[in-house]
Amino acid sequence: MTNQTGTRTTTGTLIVKGTVALIAALLLFAPFLFQDVRSLEVAARICIFIVLVASFDLLIGYTGIVSFAHTMFFGFGAYGAAILLKQMGPGWTPVLLGAVAGVAVSIVFAVAIGLLSLRVKAIFFAMITLAAASVVLVLASQLSHLTGGEDGITYKAPDLFKPATKLLTDADGKVLKVFGVRMNGKLAAYYFVFASCLVLFLVMLRFTVSPVGTVLKAIRENEARAEAIGYRVVAYRTFVFCLSAAIASLAGTVYAVWLKYTGPDTALSFAIMIDILLMVVIGGMGTMWGAVIGAVLLTLAQYYLRDLMGAASAALEGVPILPELTAPDRWLFWLGIIFILLVYFFPKGIAGTAMEKGARS
Amino acid sequence: MIMSVPSLSTRELTIRFGGHVAVNAVSCDFHPGELTVIVGPNGAGKTTYFNLISGQLTASSGIVTKDGTDITRLSPSARAGQGIGRAFQLTNLFPQLTVLENIRLAVQARAGQGWRMFRPVSQFRGLTEKAEHYLERTRLTALAHQTAANLPHGDQRKLEVALLMAMEPDIYMFDEPTAGMSLDHAPDVLDLIAGIKSDPTKTVLLVEHKMDVVRALADRIIVLHNGELLADGDPAEVMSSQIVRDVYLGNATEETA
Ligand SMILES: Nc1ncnc2c1ncn2[C@@H]1O[C@H](COP(=O)(O)OP(=O)(O)OP(=O)(O)O)[C@@H](O)[C@H]1O
Ligand SMILES: [Mg+2]
Repeated sequence: MTNQTGTRTTTGTLIVKGTVALIAALLLFAPFLFQDVRSLEVAARICIFIVLVASFDLLIGYTGIVSFAHTMFFGFGAYGAAILLKQMGPGWTPVLLGAVAGVAVSIVFAVAIGLLSLRVKAIFFAMITLAAASVVLVLASQLSHLTGGEDGITYKAPDLFKPATKLLTDADGKVLKVFGVRMNGKLAAYYFVFASCLVLFLVMLRFTVSPVGTVLKAIRENEARAEAIGYRVVAYRTFVFCLSAAIASLAGTVYAVWLKYTGPDTALSFAIMIDILLMVVIGGMGTMWGAVIGAVLLTLAQYYLRDLMGAASAALEGVPILPELTAPDRWLFWLGIIFILLVYFFPKGIAGTAMEKGARS
Repeated sequence: MIMSVPSLSTRELTIRFGGHVAVNAVSCDFHPGELTVIVGPNGAGKTTYFNLISGQLTASSGIVTKDGTDITRLSPSARAGQGIGRAFQLTNLFPQLTVLENIRLAVQARAGQGWRMFRPVSQFRGLTEKAEHYLERTRLTALAHQTAANLPHGDQRKLEVALLMAMEPDIYMFDEPTAGMSLDHAPDVLDLIAGIKSDPTKTVLLVEHKMDVVRALADRIIVLHNGELLADGDPAEVMSSQIVRDVYLGNATEETA
């Protein structure tokens, strides 16, 4: 069967979409399903990274643009909100202004980089984004009176998100518990993250199937022919670069509000860029679903592989060599192995490869 | 005979690659309602001449005009917007997209809808219907949902032509459209070209080697050799002239070599 946009529906596609729907449901009910602080931390991080990876995929998977500046844009949004929350005190105005400022700075940078270098070879473009990101990283640590340097900035979120805020109260005026979950500011903060990310993701999803989305794919497939049939390739590339930068910046603002802390490690470092790259490769480029799957898998591995290995190591106590191999300190080694196996068995990422599989129904 | 303003014209059009002059001071006018066949041996500069007109290459000197307007420095997309359409000698498609998606892209560009981003493309019924119309005309309907890369060579060549048709340009440029096509496919394409030729507002440029095709379609023939315009005129006269015989027998005087 073929739908209107001409994409083929395979059993693989159904499985991928089903998995994504399940993930969405788990994230929606996360505060009720996983009632501990760390799990909620993981769930919020997954929401943010889904948006971050999906916006990066607009570049690399849909248009074929390789950029290493994605965390830079994420950082603009995060630092925008962080600096203003610190200077103006908690409230919605600094969040809003921070979001606007982050998006504005991101678009200025994206237009500048785009116009300067989207005409040149892909490799030069990638190098220039790398250089820009490095400069911004250095600047962030130098301008320590504004950014807090290496230590970053700690600040308060809007009052609604304070753990002490009571969203609902019971008869005694205490915070109401629903299914054992406190209806407090922490819960509000999580749903702020969830809703913002859902909206951003749906906007991107709709964008990818719009006429502009089809042009981006055409540019990825055959830039010269896209130009020859009448599309101004440079304009489209600059546009999508700006759009993905703006969305990354908004994700940064949301993350800054959630964490109540912004520093190089949470918003600017190249480690985040590498995470994004791994997620997009694991999940599969050129499908928004891949971003979801990649972000979930890598974040879960980063948070829980060590625990899992600790348990395995303890269980294998007394067996020769094995406890040694599964020692929690070796988690990065195992992550590497898993990554290599994934790339080997899913050359187009999990979503990309799965969607090609299965009988055409 | 009084001729209208040429729809397309090149004046002293020249391009050099290092020391090699691939197109050398070619001046030629093309008119609506006229189908001009361009012939010349391999490496004569036919494809390069096309690239200069549709903008894939920019001239070293000389000018290209469309309806009297200078377009020599415009980008390929701007020239497409001006009504210059081009099919390529080497198949040049969007390989991982379906046949329908390939054609719809050309339709969408022509309709100026390429910047719409708030509605799914599936809601633009007009674009899809027009794409389906061109699928029908190029007899590709049965393959609509195949990926372009998976088509047999002959059907890829047809899709190449379909993309040009869907652009609905004023100037149609075909670069050996039937090369490598089987005998049962070639007539589909030749019928299409004959159909365009019957429209008095369209200008057609066709690079073609097959003599029966040339005879059937050409209103006029120009001969390129070593980048120079060697002959220009009535098909029967040009084909029987000494100069063309010399070129095709390979013993023309080669001053430029
Ligand atoms: N981009 C380029 N750089 C260098 N030389 C080029 C370039 N494009 C074309 N040429 C040279 O220009 C000459 C003309 O080539 P062109 O492809 O226009 O010939 P043609 O008449 O189309 O031949 P054919 O019948 O084989 O298609 C050739 O010698 C070719 O090597
Ligand atoms: Mg050629």
